[in-house]
Amino acid sequence: MTVFDIVKTFGLQMRTGKDRLHEEVTGGYASDLLSDVIAHSRKGNIWITIQTHPNIVAVATMKELSGIILTGEREPDANTIQKAEEEGVPILVSPLFTFELVGRLYQIGISGMSP
Amino acid sequence: MERKENNILLHKTFHIEGGDFINAGSISDHVKKILSEAGFPNKIIRRISIAAFEAEMNVICYATRGDLSLFITPNFLKVVVEDEGKGIPDVNLAMSEGYSTADEKIRELGFGAGMGLPNIRKNADEMILTSKFRQGTHLEFIIYLDRQETQLPFE
Repeated sequence: MTVFDIVKTFGLQMRTGKDRLHEEVTGGYASDLLSDVIAHSRKGNIWITIQTHPNIVAVATMKELSGIILTGEREPDANTIQKAEEEGVPILVSPLFTFELVGRLYQIGISGMSP
Repeated sequence: MERKENNILLHKTFHIEGGDFINAGSISDHVKKILSEAGFPNKIIRRISIAAFEAEMNVICYATRGDLSLFITPNFLKVVVEDEGKGIPDVNLAMSEGYSTADEKIRELGFGAGMGLPNIRKNADEMILTSKFRQGTHLEFIIYLDRQETQLPFE
């Protein structure tokens, strides 16, 4: 499954990283604590969070995540968008809250466990 | 020690201002770019960027000011972070996962999970942390270039 498949399935709004939507999604991680994401997310994971500041791009780049989904209709900060475009990190926006979105991602086969 | 000092291929120091959340992450970005331009393997770059990011965030979140220095030698990469500030009263406690003294503002931004120092320890081959209460903290970590096969516990 690719980032694009997730965008299509849930009608997510794309904010950045349109060129990198064909990355394979290896699983998912949901957390709003950056060090927790650094410690436990895996390469290719899609990350679900409510954080909107530029450091989410730094974390996604360092951990080679496939993308970031902001929940609860939160929008990335202007400097987050700029940094994400520079680094090629897809940022997607969902009106759903984290619990609901994660549940739906799980239903289409995105798991929090290692493949 | 003398021999090591002579073998430094690059030494760069960056200033970090405590409380500067606007530029947070820019120093570790610099470190990453330097190493990437120097052609180091991705895995090494990832480990040092993570450790440098956590160290930088610690200065921003908890100290008044600090300096982060990157040393490149033929055998290892070393980062030294020296800060002035409140220091850490109990270093062992600070090293335990989940322990944090972060205030509400820091936590709202998603920092202060109590996992920064443990993340540095996991990603570095060697780490030294010393602190003088109400004066400052000294952190050093090393990643060896000839031990690339070492797997991280969470990978």
